[in-house]
Amino acid sequence: MTFLATSALSRSFGGLAAVANVDLALVPGEIRAIIGPNGAGKTTLVSLISGRVPPSSGSIVFEGDDITDLKPWERVLRGIVYTFQITSVFRNLTLGENVALSVQRALTRDRPIWRHIDSDLVAEEVKAALDRVGLGLRADEVAGELAYGHQRLLEVAMGLALKPKLLILDEPTQGLSEQEIADFCALVRIISLDATILLIEHNMDVVMALADRITVMNNGTLLAEGTPDEIMANAEVQCAYLGN
Amino acid sequence: MRLRLADRRIWGLHLGLIAVLFLLQFVLPDYHHTNVARILVLATYAMGYNLLVGYTGLLSLGHAMFFAAGLYGAGLSIYYFDLHPVLGFLLGSAAALVFAIAVGLIALRTTGVAFMIVTMMFAQAFYLATLYFNSITRGDEGLVLAPEARRFAFFGLDFDLAEPVTRYNMALALFVGGLIVCLMLVRSPVGRVMVAIRENEERTRMLGYNARDYKLLALSLSGLLSGAAGAAYVLLFAYMGSTFAGIQYSILPLLWVLLGGVGTVVGPLIGTLLMFYLIDKTSEVMSSYLIVVGAVLVLLVLFFPKGIAGTLRARYARWMP
Amino acid sequence: MDLGPHLLLALLEGTVAAFVLAVTALGLSLVFGVMRIVNVAHGEFFMLGAVLAWFLTSLLPEMPFWGFMLAIVGAPLVVGMIAVMADALVLRRLNYEPEATIVATIGLLYILQQAVLTIYGPDARPVVAPISFRVQFPWFGYSGYKFIAIGAAALLLLAAWYGVTRTKFGLIMRATQFDRETAQAFGVPVKLVYAAVFALGAMLAALAGVLIVPLQQAHYLMGLDPLLLSFIVVIIGGLDSLKGTILAAFIIGISDGIISVFFSPTLAKIIATLAVALVLVFRPNGLFGGRSR
Repeated sequence: MTFLATSALSRSFGGLAAVANVDLALVPGEIRAIIGPNGAGKTTLVSLISGRVPPSSGSIVFEGDDITDLKPWERVLRGIVYTFQITSVFRNLTLGENVALSVQRALTRDRPIWRHIDSDLVAEEVKAALDRVGLGLRADEVAGELAYGHQRLLEVAMGLALKPKLLILDEPTQGLSEQEIADFCALVRIISLDATILLIEHNMDVVMALADRITVMNNGTLLAEGTPDEIMANAEVQCAYLGN
Repeated sequence: MRLRLADRRIWGLHLGLIAVLFLLQFVLPDYHHTNVARILVLATYAMGYNLLVGYTGLLSLGHAMFFAAGLYGAGLSIYYFDLHPVLGFLLGSAAALVFAIAVGLIALRTTGVAFMIVTMMFAQAFYLATLYFNSITRGDEGLVLAPEARRFAFFGLDFDLAEPVTRYNMALALFVGGLIVCLMLVRSPVGRVMVAIRENEERTRMLGYNARDYKLLALSLSGLLSGAAGAAYVLLFAYMGSTFAGIQYSILPLLWVLLGGVGTVVGPLIGTLLMFYLIDKTSEVMSSYLIVVGAVLVLLVLFFPKGIAGTLRARYARWMP
Repeated sequence: MDLGPHLLLALLEGTVAAFVLAVTALGLSLVFGVMRIVNVAHGEFFMLGAVLAWFLTSLLPEMPFWGFMLAIVGAPLVVGMIAVMADALVLRRLNYEPEATIVATIGLLYILQQAVLTIYGPDARPVVAPISFRVQFPWFGYSGYKFIAIGAAALLLLAAWYGVTRTKFGLIMRATQFDRETAQAFGVPVKLVYAAVFALGAMLAALAGVLIVPLQQAHYLMGLDPLLLSFIVVIIGGLDSLKGTILAAFIIGISDGIISVFFSPTLAKIIATLAVALVLVFRPNGLFGGRSR
């Protein structure tokens, strides 16, 4: 079954095609990595999928429904969750408050938010989400004062607490230390038990360790797609990277 | 357990404040008695303003429109149609709510500086309209409610709003109502989303919230509370005039909230109280007393952007809502 | 009188208003364009110009012409200095952050207005026109000074246009407007440019105040109307466009003159204010500005 499928998805900025005629299909439960040189259109592609950027043409189907015209928050409610490339946590709020925003959203997915929400349940789920990324003891700290790597983890916790079906991670390991990267990879494997993961990543070790399949982009188009081994053996891919 | 402690502290602080305000009426001399009643009504207006500016991060320069809509909605219906004061109050508040929703549907398409100018322009049009319909409103000169119009029976009890004790406690009731609404709102899931929008609207949207709806909700509640304060003002102090729709009455709540502390529940009262007496004292010694409005605004923006309650919270009491 | 002479009168009044408004609004537009800030105290600079003109002409009571010349040179200079001070003491310290700057200039509005009330008092005082002759139409006589005011305003607009498009300072200004960081990197003294632009904007308002004061007495509250009208003009003309600003000033000034003669001026203002709010929401680049890039 196709979980997410884009067909002929395109987006141009002022005549420049950032994404052109992309047909991407994900199966449920997979970890899909998107790789490609800078400016290949990776971030634009996931922005189109998450709804941050409207497409110039083409369509997106998610779990059998056409979501091309849905607003970004409506897509979140359907389970498409985006974590930002440039960390974008609420710097003046505490970690707990940051994650609580996600938790209460997940709890009120199909009912009005002003109806009673059990605050103990919110607190519990906040703790659980922070525990999963290893920040459980720091719920009362202010997010802006965290180290960069920890802000990235908080970002992931906010995504997790939304209970995503499709979690989009945009360069999650950028700026993390070796140890943090290893921990992060372990975390992503656990997350992938309940969610499909779309991962943009430059670090090839991370990609090779995590991805079930890899999609290679160049100049806004899909260049190749396959298992990590197939991609490693692909001459065109080598050329795109070496030529860059 | 931490949460419970914070809860106790928060309710303790605000219930204590309410108790102090209640007891104050027994010790205040007449002059200050009336002043504090007026301050409580104006502080409610400031709390309404703060819901939008302090908690949602939308700086409006046109709130006089909502205050005056409440004022005129209640005042004119009582003056011309002898409406029951309680109904007048409800009608005035509803009028403000309608204006707030209408302004919101249009103005919330903009942000930042454009939002400030658009709200200012709408309020200016409203102010000019109160002058244009001079035959009804009597413009700057204004109208005074007759004493009979402010006496009424409600659930078997007789009220006379010209009576100082009644007036003080009505003003207090309005303020307490506003305070509790604000306190519950800002600590609710909805309030959490409002703060999130203030901090980072794009991120909030990507957490699954339709930011525009929440902004419209915040503006509506803010307008409603401002309008309720306006309606109470004309009932308690009997006078309505175009001044209350003028740009100065949009700037005053900004000043009160900035001084007291943007995005704090008790800040609006502190700011209104201090500014009221500062202006009052200055006007005794010079005719150009409004210079303090300008001076305080500039000094606050330059040196004290968090205001009194905001600074206290940052230094000593992070738990304060 | 018939409709024709009425219309001519309205058109003349509107033209005077339009020229003076164009000068005032140009000042606001320059400041917004280059510095990206909305100066709510702009109308007070206009008022200061008028009040200073009263003061300076009263120094030479026997010589209205030279008194007026003194005013037209002196008033903008004093106002320019006040603006430079306001920039250095307040705006620069806020790093021109848009929302904080608006709040600060609201404060500035009150400070200037109330300071004038303290020193100059609450009275409206007349200033004698530098020359007194009347232009006689078949139906009515018309103050010759109004034509002088139109001419002087036109000269100012031409000078401003020349300054922005043809001089080195204009080039530096436009570079700063285009990209503050890059301009700084290329050695443009951005702080100095900002101070100069803020002063220039204030001086234009002050000059408009001097030009208007023989027609309208000097009063400490006279700044509010030109402020609102300038807002209207700058928004309708497009926030970035000098040409649009001047075009809008003529449309607003002349239609305001005509509507005010035939209808209620208050109604005209209500319509204009609402129209502006809607333009800002639905056509943020103004009616004459291009679509946003």
